[in-house]
Amino acid sequence: MATILQTRGLKKYFGGLRAINGVDLVIEEGELRCLIGPNGAGKSTLFKLILGSYPPSAGAILFKGDDITTLQPHLRVQRGMSIKFQVPGIFLQLPVEQNLRIALQRPHRGAALDQALERLLELIDLGHQRSELAANLSHGQQQWLEIAMAVALQPAMLLLDEPTAGMSPEETFKTGELVKKLNASGMTIVVIEHDMAFVRQIAKRVTVLHFGEVFDDGSLDKIVRNEDVVRIYLGKV
Amino acid sequence: MPRWLSLVDGPQTLGRGPAFWFVLGVIVLVAALLPTFVNAFAITNLTYFLVWVFMALGLSLIWGYAGILSFGQTAFFGLAGYTYGVISINLGDAGLWTWFALLLSLVLPAMLAILVGYFMFYGGVRDVFVGIVTLSITLVFETFMAQTAGPEWTIGSARLNGFNGMSNMPPLTFPWGENPIIFDGTSLFWLVLALVVLVYVGLRILVNSRFGNVLVAIRENPERAEMLGYNVRLYQLFVFVIGSVLAGLSGVLYTLWGSYITPSSMGLTAAALPIIWVAAGGRKDITATLFATVLLTWLSQQLAVKGSQYALIWMGVILLVVVLFAPEGLFVTVWKKLRDGRRMRQRATAPKTVSLPSA
Repeated sequence: MATILQTRGLKKYFGGLRAINGVDLVIEEGELRCLIGPNGAGKSTLFKLILGSYPPSAGAILFKGDDITTLQPHLRVQRGMSIKFQVPGIFLQLPVEQNLRIALQRPHRGAALDQALERLLELIDLGHQRSELAANLSHGQQQWLEIAMAVALQPAMLLLDEPTAGMSPEETFKTGELVKKLNASGMTIVVIEHDMAFVRQIAKRVTVLHFGEVFDDGSLDKIVRNEDVVRIYLGKV
Repeated sequence: MPRWLSLVDGPQTLGRGPAFWFVLGVIVLVAALLPTFVNAFAITNLTYFLVWVFMALGLSLIWGYAGILSFGQTAFFGLAGYTYGVISINLGDAGLWTWFALLLSLVLPAMLAILVGYFMFYGGVRDVFVGIVTLSITLVFETFMAQTAGPEWTIGSARLNGFNGMSNMPPLTFPWGENPIIFDGTSLFWLVLALVVLVYVGLRILVNSRFGNVLVAIRENPERAEMLGYNVRLYQLFVFVIGSVLAGLSGVLYTLWGSYITPSSMGLTAAALPIIWVAAGGRKDITATLFATVLLTWLSQQLAVKGSQYALIWMGVILLVVVLFAPEGLFVTVWKKLRDGRRMRQRATAPKTVSLPSA
């Protein structure tokens, strides 16, 4: 399997705060990886560095073998990355359909765009609410809409930042199945998640971040047996 | 839907379909025929109302569609006006020189907009600070031009004339054998009207295109737009330049209309008025902006007969009322109310026939 994403000695300091303190992360093509860790561990910061929302203080980021450390965010997206933000990042005052069209119109044209639109609406089950303003959707539906927008780009690598935050257990389970389905179709997916039931549902491999460093890494079974991980994050069960 | 309709109609504009365009066509036709019914003074007045439309449409594009509130579109207005004055006074009205002056009066605002826009958008200036930067620019221009009264402030044979402004620039002239066509009075009215139609239709196509989709996406959530792979800052710069060239078009047409341009056209009051027109009609719709601008410039003029301060107070009142009761703009709010009412009636009548058998 080829490596799709690699970070080498990645660091990000905000003044004296070491948000990311030397992370070496390797994601293989087709992988479904979960990032877990306590609040403030640097998970979202890591995503933002990968997408170029801000520059790293030190280190390098390689995507598909190319050094993209200084590449502008929209160019990284054009190379095949896509993200679903932690807070739903959708176009609230636009209808559902237009939200998706804006996402789809860069990779697609004409009839292919219409077909892709119907597929996405079906995927997130919002066909009957296509003319509704995105602001009027439930929180879970907004999350799905953003996932669909991120998926619309047909990315090689999809980053999901807490995709199930604020979802009911049923919605969370459906999201898990959706993520597994996308991964099965060949999409590399990295997920930040707090909901351990969700992580258990989807994860093949888990990376634990703590104080901006990789604390542990491996299969979920290995992780939950690590007493230090339990102490800092999972708590006594 | 006919193909041309799918170009000009879309999610970014209210008012669509053959009926809408038919009504609009009739309005334009009546306007074009007005010179045969009304006197020359009325036509001159009407030209004056239409002159401001371009700056307002440009602001609607920048602010309403792309979400960038520029408070200083008058900088481009004034720059274009003065450019036309300086160039046309120096080159005269022979040949196509006045058209050259017109062209240059649009190129200079474009260059200024590229310069200012580049530093703003690539320098991370956003939200209210764009308004502060652009307002500062227009006020600096006003202050500078107001102190050019002395004879040393001359470019070629054109005196800048300080607070009193420049005047006596030649009208647009097209060489036509013995009798060159001079654009003033009715012919200037027709030219301005044609430009309004052209710019309006052009903007309808632009905002309903894929480009327009990205603009409203940037307005709603620039970070998301960027993460969909769009070069947000380039889009912002581009739309700022288009809007500023349109402000320049208003400036040069205003200069042609009255054959003068003054520093106060770039002052605080002048800078605030386009915001009021655009906000009052509905900044997110160019049709609303168009009609609101004509209506409010007409109203201002009517009120100004009773003293110009009086008119300004009423403009302020209108802005307050809009912000408090119809933040989307008066025309847009009324239009949406009517549309929703019609939809409700359709829904109310439609299910009855369906539900009867089961009842």
